[in-house]
Amino acid sequence: MRRILGSVSLIMLLCSANAALAAAPVKIGALFAVTGPASFLGEPEKNTLELLVKEANAKGGIKGAKIELVIYDTGGDATKAVQLANKLIKNDHVAVIVGPTTTGETMAVIPIAEKEQIPLISCAAGIKITDPVKKWVFKTPANDHVAAEKIFNQAEKLKQKNLALITVSDSFGASGREQLKAMAAKRGFKIVADEVYSPKDTDMTPQLYKIKAAKPDAVICWGTNPGPAVVAKNMHQLGLKIQLYQSHGVASKKFIELAGNEAAQGIMLPAGKLAVYHLLKKSDPQAKLLKDYADDYKKAYGVEPSTFGGYAYDGFQIIGAAVKNGAATPAQIRDEIEKQGRLVGVSGVFKMSPTDHNGLDLSAFEMVRIQNGDWTIVH
Amino acid sequence: MEFFNQITQYAISGLSTGAIYALIGLSFAIIFNSTGIINFAQGEFVMLGGVLAIVSITALHLPMPAAVAVAVVGTTAVGLAFERLAIRPLKNATPLSLIIVTIGASILIRGLVMLIWGKDTKALPPFSGDTPIEVAGATILPQHLWIFAVTLLVIVASRLFFHHTITGKAMRACSFNRRAASLVGIGVGRMVLLSFLISSALGALAGVIIAPLTMTAYDVGVMLGLKGFCAAIMGGMGSGFGTVLGGLILGVLESLGAGLISSGYKDAIAFFILLLILFVRPQGLFKKGETDRV
Repeated sequence: MRRILGSVSLIMLLCSANAALAAAPVKIGALFAVTGPASFLGEPEKNTLELLVKEANAKGGIKGAKIELVIYDTGGDATKAVQLANKLIKNDHVAVIVGPTTTGETMAVIPIAEKEQIPLISCAAGIKITDPVKKWVFKTPANDHVAAEKIFNQAEKLKQKNLALITVSDSFGASGREQLKAMAAKRGFKIVADEVYSPKDTDMTPQLYKIKAAKPDAVICWGTNPGPAVVAKNMHQLGLKIQLYQSHGVASKKFIELAGNEAAQGIMLPAGKLAVYHLLKKSDPQAKLLKDYADDYKKAYGVEPSTFGGYAYDGFQIIGAAVKNGAATPAQIRDEIEKQGRLVGVSGVFKMSPTDHNGLDLSAFEMVRIQNGDWTIVH
Repeated sequence: MEFFNQITQYAISGLSTGAIYALIGLSFAIIFNSTGIINFAQGEFVMLGGVLAIVSITALHLPMPAAVAVAVVGTTAVGLAFERLAIRPLKNATPLSLIIVTIGASILIRGLVMLIWGKDTKALPPFSGDTPIEVAGATILPQHLWIFAVTLLVIVASRLFFHHTITGKAMRACSFNRRAASLVGIGVGRMVLLSFLISSALGALAGVIIAPLTMTAYDVGVMLGLKGFCAAIMGGMGSGFGTVLGGLILGVLESLGAGLISSGYKDAIAFFILLLILFVRPQGLFKKGETDRV
């Protein structure tokens, strides 16, 4: 009797466990710098993730599993990011974390993700995040050096040998400067001037005048708005007729608006495809997804989506694909992400593997030129 | 010749930034003179000037002169409200607690603008075109001329006001000795209000005339405020002429430092000068030492 009772209860237990598995919600945690200096990154990321989760749940979840989302605002502060990551893991028991927004925060959170064995899908671009590969850490933005390589390819085509750098003195600019200098040396370019400016600087004419004296064939500026717009304006003011390259950090209409059509004319930059989705060929694998994302985002928030929101979009997609393949626990999600194969996203076409936790290559960017206040693709 | 051109360019671009620092420094000095406090919300007035001008143009479609007027009047209203709501009620507060109140106000204003206006940087169109002008081997924009002209005008006007009108003299009297001033029948409270009016209008004006060059966002006030504060300290906090010179020197040194030494040290140069002056000549570069009477 006891035995029968025992096996019945065991069966019941198994059944209920099974039922629970099919409907068990997947809990996603997110750490974004919604306020603070990096809020121009964190805000679209938060908006995007909320939008996607709402859409997925309206469709009945992913393979029947509802998605629960817990978002915390780090304010761009690494210490706070660490506390909140602990909170996500220990209090909220999330299965996976999207974010943090910036490289500094991500580097601070990585040890926790590794120790607690929770997959972390960072929205920051720094190359250190996935190089060397860490078991539990992935990232969705393309590496800075991919953008740098795009610029060098273009400069090579135009036979511009002597380059001048003007970079912002924050982590984005410092990492770009490092990459540019290393790559220039490797590929036989000569850096004839190497200037920096601080993020809040409002006048770059001294730096540009120095660059002018060095007589470069082209100038590469690496920063996020508004600095690069000031550089473009000041170059126009000084009458410098040298090709100006900008980084992917300003690949939005905002930049043209700030610099003004006249000063922005002719500037080239590597842009994520989201900025130019309406110019892509129909056959481009990303064309449809980008258009859908842009339309949905505009409908929900009334503004154009930014490349940065795309980082969170891709993070969710990667998790979604893993859940679709039956992953539910942190370990299962991690393993699924690693063997995912080809996945079309906003930032590019991902090919994650055990040796590459970013999975993007040169095709993530298009080289664009600003012409009469709009983008044109450079072929 | 090339080197000479280079120096001219640095000097001119330094003078135009310096002129802005001077205007902001002047507005620090005016409030300091009448109240003895350092108004750390001054940078926010500068930001408000630029932001309100942009809003008037993009959202209200006003022409430029009207937009400038709206920006200056609007910011002045905020300045007056600030004095009435936050400074006036604290009758017997020490200068230190009042300074902390101004810091709180600056955070509040910045936060509100961020919520209402957003976090994006926006640009104001230049007052008269974008065509560079060549001056002695250096190139400047028409906007630079506007900055020089407005700064010069403000300096002359404030000189006339503080030295040749009864109200101006009354305000100066308050700065020398509040009690004595009130004994001879000067309404000290009214003078304090007036000082907030003038200095928020000045701050707004500075914010409007640089917005086409430097663009503006909710958080530009912090750095500009600090630089203006540096200028005021260099001038000896309270001396109008010294503050203007301090601002110009600061701007030129920054620009020369960025051009000739390294652009990475631009802000460091400003704050290094500030520290040096506080250590060596706390009374300012252009002020005679104060003597306390026993």
